[in-house]
Amino acid sequence: MADSPVNVGLFVTCLVDLFRPSVGFATVKLLEDAGCIVHVPDTQTCCGQPAYNSGSRNDAKDLGRNVIAAFQDFDYVVAPSGSCAAMIREHYPRLFADDPAMADKAKRVADKTFELTSFLADVRKVTSVGAKFNAVAAYHDSCSGLRELGVREQPRYLLASVEGLEVKDLEKGDACCGFGGTFCVKYPEISDEMVTRKTSDITATGADTVLAGDLGCLMNIAGKLKRDGSNIAVRHVAEVLAGDDGTPPIAGGER
Amino acid sequence: MTSSSRQAILDGIRRGLGRGPVDGADKAALEARMTAPKANLIPARAQIPHGEQVDLFVRMAEAVETTVDRVDGLDAVPGAVADYLAANNLPSEIRAAPDPALDAIPWQDRPLLTVEKGRAENADATSVTPAFAAVAESGTLVLHSGPDNPTTLNFMPENHIVVLKTSQVTGTYEEVWSRLRARDGGDGPAPMPRTVNMITGPSRTADIAQQLYMGAHGPRRLHIVLVDDGQE
Amino acid sequence: MKATAHDFKNAASKALKDDNLRQALHRVETGFAGNRAAAISRLPEFHDLRDEGVAIKMHVLDHLDYYLERFEQKVIETGGQVHWCTTPKEARDTILELCRSVDAKTCTKGKSMIAEEIALNPFLEENGVLPIETDLGEYIIQLADEPPSHIIGPAVHKTKDQISDLFFEHHQKYGKTERQSDGRMLVNEAREILRQKYIDADVGITGANFLIAETGSTVIVTNEGNGDLTQSLPKMHIVIASLEKVIPTMEDASTILRLLARSATGQEFSVYTTFSTGPRRDDDLDGPGSFHVVLLDNGRSKLAGSEDRELLRCIRCGACMNHCPVYHAVGGHAYGWVYPGPIGAALDPHFIGIEEARHLPNASTFCGRCEDVCPMRIPLPSILRRWRERAFESNVTPPAERFGVGAWAWLAKHPAFYRVGTRLAVRGLSLLGGRRKRIAKLPLAGGWTATRDLPAPAGQTFQDQWRRQRGRSA
Repeated sequence: MADSPVNVGLFVTCLVDLFRPSVGFATVKLLEDAGCIVHVPDTQTCCGQPAYNSGSRNDAKDLGRNVIAAFQDFDYVVAPSGSCAAMIREHYPRLFADDPAMADKAKRVADKTFELTSFLADVRKVTSVGAKFNAVAAYHDSCSGLRELGVREQPRYLLASVEGLEVKDLEKGDACCGFGGTFCVKYPEISDEMVTRKTSDITATGADTVLAGDLGCLMNIAGKLKRDGSNIAVRHVAEVLAGDDGTPPIAGGER
Repeated sequence: MTSSSRQAILDGIRRGLGRGPVDGADKAALEARMTAPKANLIPARAQIPHGEQVDLFVRMAEAVETTVDRVDGLDAVPGAVADYLAANNLPSEIRAAPDPALDAIPWQDRPLLTVEKGRAENADATSVTPAFAAVAESGTLVLHSGPDNPTTLNFMPENHIVVLKTSQVTGTYEEVWSRLRARDGGDGPAPMPRTVNMITGPSRTADIAQQLYMGAHGPRRLHIVLVDDGQE
Repeated sequence: MKATAHDFKNAASKALKDDNLRQALHRVETGFAGNRAAAISRLPEFHDLRDEGVAIKMHVLDHLDYYLERFEQKVIETGGQVHWCTTPKEARDTILELCRSVDAKTCTKGKSMIAEEIALNPFLEENGVLPIETDLGEYIIQLADEPPSHIIGPAVHKTKDQISDLFFEHHQKYGKTERQSDGRMLVNEAREILRQKYIDADVGITGANFLIAETGSTVIVTNEGNGDLTQSLPKMHIVIASLEKVIPTMEDASTILRLLARSATGQEFSVYTTFSTGPRRDDDLDGPGSFHVVLLDNGRSKLAGSEDRELLRCIRCGACMNHCPVYHAVGGHAYGWVYPGPIGAALDPHFIGIEEARHLPNASTFCGRCEDVCPMRIPLPSILRRWRERAFESNVTPPAERFGVGAWAWLAKHPAFYRVGTRLAVRGLSLLGGRRKRIAKLPLAGGWTATRDLPAPAGQTFQDQWRRQRGRSA
């Protein structure tokens, strides 16, 4: 681990902000353990992905400007999400490529933005998180993290250091869970078919827990598992890496 | 009708590309790319000594259900063909390409084998043809049409026997194109034959429920009699 | 083919309830994808070859006019003719005229997506030339009177039982009065019946995987050998191809051929790759007496210089649909036009318009597998996103979605309102979730809650909790 503390802006993501604050706190703990000073700019809202993927480029740009303004002064920007991190890292430069006033700024922020597990493993060279978590967990790779950011080994590497945890791969590990942002409400039947295939794959591993790095996928998977009466616990990878077994799993209230 | 369409299409392309017709040095560079074709990246797999290429060819061909019988010389071909027909319960009749390359085969050694020459007829059960070349990389045969090599022999009969010499085995497709261009020994590239067939195994289909069946329209069986001619 | 893409949602819904189709799609998902992965793992240079393939195609697009003229010149030199057609109608008329010039009664056809694009079969039939599909998959769907549902496996949606029924119904007239249920017998029956069709046909029509400018050759790639019988036996061989199929040399064809079969079926090489150059030569014993290439534009000359030009790199291998979770769920017919799957979603709007095709670019999670497996590295998600932008700009995007996106964006552009709004929403949803911590039914979110619970939030946003714990930061 590097010696000098670095200033990290936490891009908490809308879904974590609204639905799962424990992921935010777990992320803060992991970043602080990795020698970072964590900042949470209170002007942050949404990365603009819903607008961008719906074809509303101007709205996406407006929101992008807001994110860039809120985060440009930190050494790094970290998000507990492959999809939001990919939006900033991969798509902001494209979004602002034809905007001379913003192109450089977008590129600079993009280059220092990371998905949480890749930041810990690749940038901060964290080798062990010193957590305990008793579970057999299936790992779901989110599409954006996997294909846009190359996040695959990093979470597995970090999870290998968690005492009591066994990680299983899915048979169709590179298949989408069917969330897809607004896709899941615009094409609910197709989305349901996709998440049904995903939850069968998860169930087939025999795991008691499913983990992923993106709350969108997790809410989709948890919502389906719970509707089907499954006992499999659904958690964000950050919670497990931070050793947070006190927070109930996603959608994990009384039956 | 199509001459105005021709111009409209070419104009449309040029408009989109924001330029006029290619000319000058640009055109010369394109012409050069065409008249002296260069190979792109060639996989390492078949860039091996010739003997190993022959072995690789046999392995790759067998992997796609081609059968291969290696013999020492053309003298052994009639026996190999007769044995193949007998082993597969096929009539002792073949339709052979009228290619001089096959003339050196002593068919008379097997008097019970009926050899007819010419293009394929629908009733022909088995054809025998030479090959132009073969590609070790994927177990592919290369045959081409000509007065002595009717294309129908490669597709109509249910059984296709190819007499291939080891010296005809190359590593890659690119080597075959070089041989094809040089085949008439002239200065420029030889003209392309009407048909060049690259054949990699017998005909097959997976169009019925993704299940593989051989002999969809072309030969059900592809058999190579590989003659070791001791040359590279 | 008449576009039904606007009905995507209904068609998808029906497809999801079709058990036969689900079985068939399961085979696509496991079979094609597994075979491709195995083939690629055997060729270490595969991804470098992709880069070279991309470079060849971009070079061609930059000089498309030159290569087409050069191709034409070589076709003429070898005794053939090229017919340039701007529209599907012009291509159909040209082909009919050629057929009539030899008094054609029947023509056999190899597989051609361009023939689908110009809706050739019904046109020829109406005009007295009977087209007979010879690729087994195409033959099956011709009997069923259906369009292809996959670009390399047109009948992948059909089960063996359905094919048995079709053959039993249509082959009685050939004296085949017994219903065959064994796959091998079905193949043999089709082989026997089609063999006579090849022999009887006056014209053979094939598509082309490549047009080679160096030699004036057209290239087809098949596994069955149907294309070869189609083009060798009749008097006339007509090749239908779109502009972007042209490539410079045999060497360039070799590079792309190394990608094609591996990406498509996971074969090292397809069984038959055939280069056809002009009509039969004077002393040849067989082959077609005349050779015609019908070159179709249908908007491609414009596309070649547009921001979506990368679509013209497509070599029609089908890998994108073989790896697409949406295709796996709904199959090819739901897309409602010629090209299904991700490539269809990106390409079809160019042909049938974004209004008709509005669902296609939207029915994607942007999971990115298509781009990942595309041998030509076509950035399909980016092109789909551009279609969404065009739809948004031209008001094709439905009002409810525009409103939703706009409202969310407005809120997110005003952080103070966003805080208050999210605080209230989270509190409300948390109450709805109760002790089960999930919501089974929520107004306006029926798409989600019809089949899934909605996990309920904790009751306070992260930002509120953070500021309470740590004070103002940043």
